[in-house]
Amino acid sequence: MTDPTSPQRRSYGSLRKDRIDQLATAGTVTEEPGVSLIRSAWHRLRRNPVFLIGAGITLLFVVLAAIAPWVAPWDVTATPLLDKVRPQSNPVPGPEAGHLLGADDRGRDLFSRLLVGSRQTLVVGVVATLFGLLGGLTLGTVAGAIGGWVDSLVMRIVDVMLSIPSLLLAFTVASLARNPSQWTLVIAIAIIQVPIFARLLRGSMLAQRGSDHVLAARSLGVRPGAIVFRHMLPNSLGPVIVQATLSLAVAIIDAAALSFLGLGNPDQRQPEWGQMLGRAQPFITEAPHLAFYPAGCIIVVALGFTLMGESLREALDPKSRR
Amino acid sequence: MIRFVVRRLLQMCLVVLVLSMLVFAWLRSLPGGPVSAMLGERQTEERRAALEAALGLDQPLPVQYLKFLERAVQGNFGVSTKVLPGEDAFQVFLDRLPATVELSFLAMLLAIVLGIPLGYLAARRRGSLTDTGAVIFSLVGVAVPVFFTAFLLKYFFAVEWNLLPVSGRQSTGLDATRVTGMFVLDGVLTREWDAAWDALKHLILPSLALATIPFAVIFRITRAAVLDVLDEDYVRTAEAKGLTARVIRARHVLRNAMLPVVTTIGLQVGGLLAGAVLTETVFSFRGVGDALATAFREKDYPVLQVLIMAAAVIYVLVNLLVDVAYAIIDPRIRTR
Amino acid sequence: MSRTRSVAAWTTAVLAAATLAGCAESQRDDDGSSGGGEDSGTFVFGAAGAPEMFDPFYATDGETFRVTRQMFEGLVGIEPGTAEVVPELATSWEPNEDGTEWTFELRDDVKFHDGTDFNAEAVCANFERMFDQNEAGQTAGEYWGYVMGAFKNDAANSLYQGCEATGDYEAVVTISGPTSGFPTMLSLASLSMQSPTAMEEGDANGIAAEGEGFSFPDYADNPVGTGPFTFGEYDEANGTITLERNDDYYGEQAGVSELVFRVIPDESTRRQELEAGSINGYDLPNPVDWQGLEDDGNSVEIRDAFNILYLGFNLDGANPQLKDPKVRQALYHALNRDQLVQTQLPEGATVATQFMPDTVSGYNTDLQPYEYDPEEAKRLLAEAGAEGMELTFAYPTEVSRPYMPDPEKIYEALRTDLEAVGVKVNVKTASWNGGYLDNVTAGRYDAYILGWTGDYDSPFNFIGTFFGNLKENDFGTKGMPWGKQLADDLKAADAIVDEGERAAAFEEINGQIMEEYLPGLPISHSPPALVVGPGVDGVVPSPLTAEEFDSVTVEGGQ
Repeated sequence: MTDPTSPQRRSYGSLRKDRIDQLATAGTVTEEPGVSLIRSAWHRLRRNPVFLIGAGITLLFVVLAAIAPWVAPWDVTATPLLDKVRPQSNPVPGPEAGHLLGADDRGRDLFSRLLVGSRQTLVVGVVATLFGLLGGLTLGTVAGAIGGWVDSLVMRIVDVMLSIPSLLLAFTVASLARNPSQWTLVIAIAIIQVPIFARLLRGSMLAQRGSDHVLAARSLGVRPGAIVFRHMLPNSLGPVIVQATLSLAVAIIDAAALSFLGLGNPDQRQPEWGQMLGRAQPFITEAPHLAFYPAGCIIVVALGFTLMGESLREALDPKSRR
Repeated sequence: MIRFVVRRLLQMCLVVLVLSMLVFAWLRSLPGGPVSAMLGERQTEERRAALEAALGLDQPLPVQYLKFLERAVQGNFGVSTKVLPGEDAFQVFLDRLPATVELSFLAMLLAIVLGIPLGYLAARRRGSLTDTGAVIFSLVGVAVPVFFTAFLLKYFFAVEWNLLPVSGRQSTGLDATRVTGMFVLDGVLTREWDAAWDALKHLILPSLALATIPFAVIFRITRAAVLDVLDEDYVRTAEAKGLTARVIRARHVLRNAMLPVVTTIGLQVGGLLAGAVLTETVFSFRGVGDALATAFREKDYPVLQVLIMAAAVIYVLVNLLVDVAYAIIDPRIRTR
Repeated sequence: MSRTRSVAAWTTAVLAAATLAGCAESQRDDDGSSGGGEDSGTFVFGAAGAPEMFDPFYATDGETFRVTRQMFEGLVGIEPGTAEVVPELATSWEPNEDGTEWTFELRDDVKFHDGTDFNAEAVCANFERMFDQNEAGQTAGEYWGYVMGAFKNDAANSLYQGCEATGDYEAVVTISGPTSGFPTMLSLASLSMQSPTAMEEGDANGIAAEGEGFSFPDYADNPVGTGPFTFGEYDEANGTITLERNDDYYGEQAGVSELVFRVIPDESTRRQELEAGSINGYDLPNPVDWQGLEDDGNSVEIRDAFNILYLGFNLDGANPQLKDPKVRQALYHALNRDQLVQTQLPEGATVATQFMPDTVSGYNTDLQPYEYDPEEAKRLLAEAGAEGMELTFAYPTEVSRPYMPDPEKIYEALRTDLEAVGVKVNVKTASWNGGYLDNVTAGRYDAYILGWTGDYDSPFNFIGTFFGNLKENDFGTKGMPWGKQLADDLKAADAIVDEGERAAAFEEINGQIMEEYLPGLPISHSPPALVVGPGVDGVVPSPLTAEEFDSVTVEGGQ
């Protein structure tokens, strides 16, 4: 059929593919002065306020998530304010001493749940992205290293996956689970990330194949396996890392969306932002803050990762070095 | 060009066939089913069995599928069990389509009219406050669920300020002539201006809610594309040649940046249908999305099958159009 | 691409639109009055879902019955605001000695909406129509199957045996044996009286299985009854059903000239519509909103609770520990139902002492609630050797029932209590139609929450439904030594002709169920509410959630 590397834009997912391909070549460290590129990138990042804000937000939430169980004032399953809950007159107890944000409709401390809720949300986002990365790396390496019909086959599958709206794909995968759990979300979100990483990695591997240092290694008689793992793969990782940062934001939003739709952990006792948001629906008129807090958290974290990823991309893009 | 289009259409038929199998198997692999939706608390194994036998759901999956295929070839996709019981499933789709077309069209229009200029502006002033602000705004659009956005829209515009109706497609008691099923268009065609205005008012809030995600995506793609183009040599050359900013913008930057944007718009149509499910539900908007939500909740298999497959066909068709548009915008790309 | 060509394309499109416009003429009436008489207004009610069809006989869900109830009447009716049976189309009825032949005296001043007479022949035509269903009709005519047991092709097993017009306005219905449910069951919306002429014209029984659904005859969209409202139209594209006042109604005329049901699937949207004044009321407002709605000048009408929420066990399933009555008692003592009712259920909810609400005859007033006593629970569990037992306990999602406004919340409370006495709860969930009901019926959970809203005022409609069918019930009573006894006792009690004796028998059974058998744990009765906006008068909340809107008036109209 067609040469998969040809610039023709044929099928539906072409735009996302274009962006991915572009990213693949943009950040690739093709020449030896890679060290200086990374150094200069870091140099610029350090003074980039956008990066600093993004990194700050991300760091803050990661640290909070890590220490949440120890700093949360209340156990998330405890119901200290349950006896104040009255479905009509006081459906959601308000803030009081010891309960900064009040409680939810089961009388559980809202602040503690928000704090601890960051864990599941972040963990699902990070683990799913890692899985997606792993799957994508494997597929992309295989396709990029072997080439030929393997490459065509893998890329056709990837194209099909990219052409389906990602959340719809995740929803379909998640709805198939017989015993839904946190892992359902992880797998569903990992699956939608696989094609993105696969395409990205393959693109930069292809670009590497013709590069000088790979040709040099080959002419020196280095084994193909060693070329792939020592030369091509490490040098292709730059754009993948950038993409991973950006994907994290999307993964967190998607994880929240899926558990909002009730596809996550059936045990609703452990807090998760998306699930908290979903549970807040009946209270939207009487206690909109129940929805407001988790929604705000999701936005801020996603923003942190996006700002960080965007500035990383810019810093690594050789074109932007004027 | 024509050969290309024909080939793609043939490919589509194959895709639809494979898809119908997948959808058929997927729906039936989901737990629950139309029988529990019909029986509710009154169900017992015995009553379940009787109903399953009557509906042919007790037969092996391949047999069910072949029967479905046999009927489908004759243009019969089965009758709805819950969305509009007894009605032909394809007719349900046709009845609901105009509402969704009307809604999606306005939503897409809003997303484009807001997204492209804002994306262009953000790119021109990269790193500025405008830029960062717009990025945050677009992120909020993606991250906040529709029910929340919709609630706020309804709360302020309908309940507090009483400017627009809360939900629905037309005020109760308004006697309007129906022609196409797209109420605004109907009002215009029949010159019943009050009906057109009434329908338009009902459209504004849901299309705003539906537009948030495509807007965010179009905005970000435009921004990225314009940034890329600004870096290209030919733009710098043009700058060096001393062409006026207006000429550069119109002739070089926008035109070249439009390629990925057009593709995105095509891609967003698929996402729009997914968004319509929630939007139409919270705005009591009787379109395809609302039917899909009801059908999924009540396990109305025939309607689900028709709607999912129709969505796929529309999606493929729109992207075909996009590819054709692509070839028109950029003559370098030759379709084969 | 040349510019001229795109201009040409636009021109074509505009021309096409103009041509279309030429064909599209306004079909508006010139007088401009769009519904709504001058003397009274329109009552717009927000419905959560669309009706399935308009022939109540094949209908199964509340949204359909809410609409058909306004157009149709039964031989017997329900006193508004209660669950009591009162005369409606029949003025009186009398059974023979053994309760198998029922003579109904009919009203002689009733006409169907199509102008034909309602008389004894029409009654018998209705019964015959319901009895004589084809194969598809037998599965679709669910309520008849449920209360009568069988159709004409299996006449021996049917409760209904025949109908005879013994006079112009006197009909005799024969049933196979006495039951507490007859003639109360004739108040079911499904068994309403419909116009035999219209049914014949519209081929009312012409239902057929087609693919995975049923296709319905014309009649299902053109219903003809005797009630205070007549069918107007169903505007599918806009989700509105319009009924019009029946000006020839034999009784008091309806208070509004038009009754509109608007389909609004989302709960918070219904509230906003009410606040914006575009609807006059809606059903089952979220308990959280009750106070706020009242504060905004609406009135929340609370119905009497005619339902039961219970924690059910599968006694014939994978968990043998549940077969030990001590274990079940222990679990009952573990549940803090007072707290649950106070903090999670709407105002007016009560703790249940048995599997039926107190308004039903046969309710045993002597029964006391099992006390909340976690220590006793632990002691009993230890005695039974079941400390730290595991329990696969499930709840449904994507559903709200009158008896459980928010299943997850109720579940969470019960689960916390169970865990407090050392039970290891294995959390399971599925959506209501997406496997939950299937799994409960198939006995895949050890324990589950479920409930029941009474169809009509009869003890058998509650406990008979739960335990009367030995082979198949959600509790798996067939696995217990007393299961058969209980089922037989229930049937025997149901067949007692004398009302007093029958009530006594059911009271005794209720006592046995709670004190000896304990097949499940009754939790609560919750009052469902409905809300109407300012200016709306005359809504009488019905415990059966079967409101009739003919008494409603709307101040100022709409």
